[in-house]
Amino acid sequence: MNLGVVPTLALVVPKINYWAILPDLILIGGALAVLALSSLTGRRFPAIWYSVSTAFLALATLGSALYLWFDITGKHHHAFVAIDAGIAVDGFSQLITMLVAATLFLVALSAPGYLRREGAGGPEFYVLSMLSASGAVLMGSANDLIVMFLGLEVLSIALYVMAGSNLKAIASGEAALKYFILGAFSSAIFLYGIALTYGSTGSTNLASIANYLAKNLLEHNGVLLAGAALMLLGFGFKVALVPFHAWSPDVYQGSPTPSVAFMSSVAKAAGFAGLIRVFYSALPTLRLDWQPVLWVLSVATLLVGSVLAVVQTDVKRMLAYSSISHAGFILIGLVAANPSGIAGSLYYLFTYSFLAVGSFTVVALVAGKGDSNHSLASYRGLSKRHPYLAAAMALMLIAQAGIPFTTGFLGKFYVLAAATDAHSYALALIAILSSVIAAFFYLRLGVLMYAPDGGELAVAPAVASGSASGSAQAGSASSAAATALAGTELLDAEDELLPVTRKGSWFAVPDDRGGDPILDDPAMAGSGVALVVSGDEAISGEVVNGPGAVGELRAPEIIDVPSSEKAGRDIGAAISIAICCTVTVFFGVFPSMLIDFAKQAKLLF
Amino acid sequence: MMSVNFLAAVAHVAVPDAVTFAVAAVVVVLGAIGVVATKSPIHGALCLVGTLIGVAVLFLEEQADFLAAVQVIVYAGAIVVLFLFVMMLMGVDREESFKDDPMKVQRVVGIIVGACVLAGVLILANVQWVTGAHSANAPLTGRVSNVNDLANSVFTVYLLPFEATAALLITAVVGAVLLARRRSVVPLVGMTESPEVPPGSPEVSPTELPGDDGGSVAEVAPGGEDKDQNEVVSQ
Repeated sequence: MNLGVVPTLALVVPKINYWAILPDLILIGGALAVLALSSLTGRRFPAIWYSVSTAFLALATLGSALYLWFDITGKHHHAFVAIDAGIAVDGFSQLITMLVAATLFLVALSAPGYLRREGAGGPEFYVLSMLSASGAVLMGSANDLIVMFLGLEVLSIALYVMAGSNLKAIASGEAALKYFILGAFSSAIFLYGIALTYGSTGSTNLASIANYLAKNLLEHNGVLLAGAALMLLGFGFKVALVPFHAWSPDVYQGSPTPSVAFMSSVAKAAGFAGLIRVFYSALPTLRLDWQPVLWVLSVATLLVGSVLAVVQTDVKRMLAYSSISHAGFILIGLVAANPSGIAGSLYYLFTYSFLAVGSFTVVALVAGKGDSNHSLASYRGLSKRHPYLAAAMALMLIAQAGIPFTTGFLGKFYVLAAATDAHSYALALIAILSSVIAAFFYLRLGVLMYAPDGGELAVAPAVASGSASGSAQAGSASSAAATALAGTELLDAEDELLPVTRKGSWFAVPDDRGGDPILDDPAMAGSGVALVVSGDEAISGEVVNGPGAVGELRAPEIIDVPSSEKAGRDIGAAISIAICCTVTVFFGVFPSMLIDFAKQAKLLF
Repeated sequence: MMSVNFLAAVAHVAVPDAVTFAVAAVVVVLGAIGVVATKSPIHGALCLVGTLIGVAVLFLEEQADFLAAVQVIVYAGAIVVLFLFVMMLMGVDREESFKDDPMKVQRVVGIIVGACVLAGVLILANVQWVTGAHSANAPLTGRVSNVNDLANSVFTVYLLPFEATAALLITAVVGAVLLARRRSVVPLVGMTESPEVPPGSPEVSPTELPGDDGGSVAEVAPGGEDKDQNEVVSQ
């Protein structure tokens, strides 16, 4: 111990390249500015202002990432590390930044309608989403395990709160608590992995770790392997790989839907970014050790995700399992461990984000007041009530099922091509099997949306129950017709999407019940009390339980939106969905631009 | 056995060090036993203070003075005081009874996991499984103070993480404020059923679709039934 006289060391503070951390600075600074302004002005601004400023900041982040992208891919420039090798500014990090910023933009557009409908104004949702996005950006560009961990924590803590941000819904609190407890454990395990890796390599810097492992052969690398395994667990939890996926359906189901839209794409992007960077940049020498593990995780994720999605009757749970299965596909590109595999994974990640945001935005709109209509039954006959909404959802489902001329198909194609390049044919076969299973539940939802609203159609409930095989075949036959119909209708709908939006006839909630005295009572409607079920529906519910009245099956809440509620028109959500649809179709037909982009997004090391 | 190994390992350094280690180790282990063995939570918290201070002494012995100070100030000081606050708010006189354990499995699992960890530590201590690099940040020579080393790290190599911690803290504060805000007067809506429907009535709910064969889908869907239970309880 030497507590007495200590020699002073010359402290050389590293040069700080502010350009390198500009996306993060915009996001964090923007979050603080929105927070400060909203508290200083006493919330005198209309709530839409928060959404607009968040969207603007997201675009600014996107712009700064684009600037850095052109800077480092220019002729005389190259990728570099900044702030004492704390972060890496390379194509990979900028692609992740753009992905996160685009997601933030879309969610910021679609959230205000939802928040207004649920009576939750205020800047918190936007501030948290910006902070969370900054954590994701930090994770994508981290070149140091400690930076990676801090990014993970900023991302996760904001997501826990966003999951529980609907204080009125008990399910939201449950989701947040579950996510928080499991997430805190996984973060601690991840940190443990960092400690073990540091203990066996002497550094937390990814490049130094790779350098050390390239120059030294560890005789006993048990601790290093344990460290890698624990870090894999931490990432696997974040992206919901299968043994670590249990949180995902419950959290997706209980959380407010815009939070789910954000979480499903940003957390996956950040988690996979961290996974790729740690395992490819820092631990390439251990590839023969981690590759089989990723193989097993990928197979388990693909199969469990798609099989369990089939038996779901809640659309949010179904999409949760579907996102698990997508994580399995993204992992295939990493198992392949060749450049085209990583490019395929990045393409998949990029396009999946738009699909996830688009589908959850539709789900949020269909859910109606109270965010409660998530059963498959609520989607029955959606094409009659909201044809454009149903068309957009059908496109999202078609793309997720992997039908050609959509990004979903090409994403699957690229990762599978990479897997066959790497001679892992078994994995490719299992993935195809899984996507066949997955196609069933995507198309089932499609057929429900295009099924007639009432009357004779008994197919869809039978399909929904997943029991009767004969009618299930009938369902798949008609589903093909329905989705084909959806596709053609959509191509027509695509062009007139925005003009229709301006006319304001979008998503108008039909009020076929007319003069319900309770619903029309302005005092009741104005007080924000959602009349979930009134007396009449109790009667219709009994009818539903009677035999032969399957056609009546409809979530009673649909018709209970108070007519004074202006949730019917949601221009922001319409724009958001339109962008998602456009991206899905455009990059599905002209993929070369995006796949070149993904191929250029190389890791620095 | 573990202590014997460690004692043998440190014995060649200095006798006072060995004595310090022995005393601190006894305090740490006794405190840890006390945390799980005492019935009153207050006594448990006080035992935890003993453990934490013992660990601080061990840090001092390893010449990690800064860590030792932080251990005392943050853990023994702030965190245990926070524990005590919560206990006082919840009621001091509540005693945990081991008889009515809600999950009987957890004690067995805990013992098994503890035994596994102990076995792992013993194996690691004896087999020398570990090879790897020495850390560059904290030389054990005692030439330079630990605080200097830390400052050097924090303001050079770890400058970015140090600053990024600010974002973490801001996030935590905003989240805490949002979640702690008083619930509005609007009654529970969200994912709940109607108040008019009595719980348990054969009402159709979003997760229960009667199929053609009359079978309930909720039986097939994992987690579907849990949801229903919660919704009923929430009313």
